[in-house]
Amino acid sequence: MAETALTNIGASPARLAGWRGIVADWSSDQRAFKNVSWGKAMMWIFLLSDTFIFSCFLLSYMTARMSTTVPWPNPSEVFALNIGGQHIPLILIAIMTFILISSSGTMAMAVNFGYRRDRVRTAALMLVTAAFGATFVGMQAFEWTKLIMEGVRPWGNPWGAAQFGASFFMITGFHGTHVTIGVIFLIAIARKVLRGDFDVERRGFFTSRKGYYEIVEITGLYWHFVDLVWVFIFALFYLW
Amino acid sequence: MTEAAIHVEGQQPSLHVHAHEAHAPGAAQAKGQQHPIRLYLVVWGWLFVLSTCSYLVDYFGIHGHLRWSLILLFMVLKAGLIVAVFMHMAWERLALVYAILLPPGLVLVFVAIMVFESDYTHLLRVIFFTPMA
Repeated sequence: MAETALTNIGASPARLAGWRGIVADWSSDQRAFKNVSWGKAMMWIFLLSDTFIFSCFLLSYMTARMSTTVPWPNPSEVFALNIGGQHIPLILIAIMTFILISSSGTMAMAVNFGYRRDRVRTAALMLVTAAFGATFVGMQAFEWTKLIMEGVRPWGNPWGAAQFGASFFMITGFHGTHVTIGVIFLIAIARKVLRGDFDVERRGFFTSRKGYYEIVEITGLYWHFVDLVWVFIFALFYLW
Repeated sequence: MTEAAIHVEGQQPSLHVHAHEAHAPGAAQAKGQQHPIRLYLVVWGWLFVLSTCSYLVDYFGIHGHLRWSLILLFMVLKAGLIVAVFMHMAWERLALVYAILLPPGLVLVFVAIMVFESDYTHLLRVIFFTPMA
């Protein structure tokens, strides 16, 4: 209990089990998320709102695809590449998937080393994660270039239903933007880790609040979310 | 106040004992979400396996209901692993877990509505706007 007393406002995180505990937390006034810091709770709530944004994109894609009378272009063929004379379906997207999953793995380990206050390893793993992310965005830029050269536009394409381009650019564009912002976020936090901001509890430039290693986990939440969204895009847009 | 007393005496499930992530400003930093690196590596491995499986569904050109159910199965498994382990949802307090995970479930209602809507649009297009042969 000595450890559990260390919450932001001193509330005990001990709880009732199951639904009774949830009701007790939510009806307790002032603070529903007892042992969750405000930073983490806010990131989760932001991610929840982002979930709805991507849900709406995927839903509009579903609606367009289900309601069109023109055949939908076959993604397996559209995203195929010729590598060394071999025609491999969807290979670029598969590689991008593995890159993003790997970046999630390194990010999870960075969070772990962060809580161990291992400055150098945390920063190094975060920078590796950022490098994976930048590679992903680079491959996406290649993919966009290839498709635009082949004549895909938001209003039409050579292979079938006109809505294909609009859905593709909208969904992957927003996801790519999220990855790019994530890379910037990762580099910014890695710099602070490396500088030792969280060991000396240096105050933030914008917030004037003391920094803790928990920010590594919060950054990680955002990054894993980007990977999570890709899981859905990969399944519903590229594989369907 | 009886509620408060119950709170203090409430038991922590053993799962949560090592997953404590609270901080007191100025106080020594608490342990946070500490899990063995091995766990992350295992999950990482599984994500690779599941991704490979979903890629193979396309590579071998499986079609129809088998394709769709396999894609959805691998998708849900991957998403579950990422949220539960990488994002530490498995060790968070239930009040947060339900607050975050229940609302996206409502999206399924939206999906159902749009399935009906797009079926209807499709029907109208077939009846009134059939492309010229």
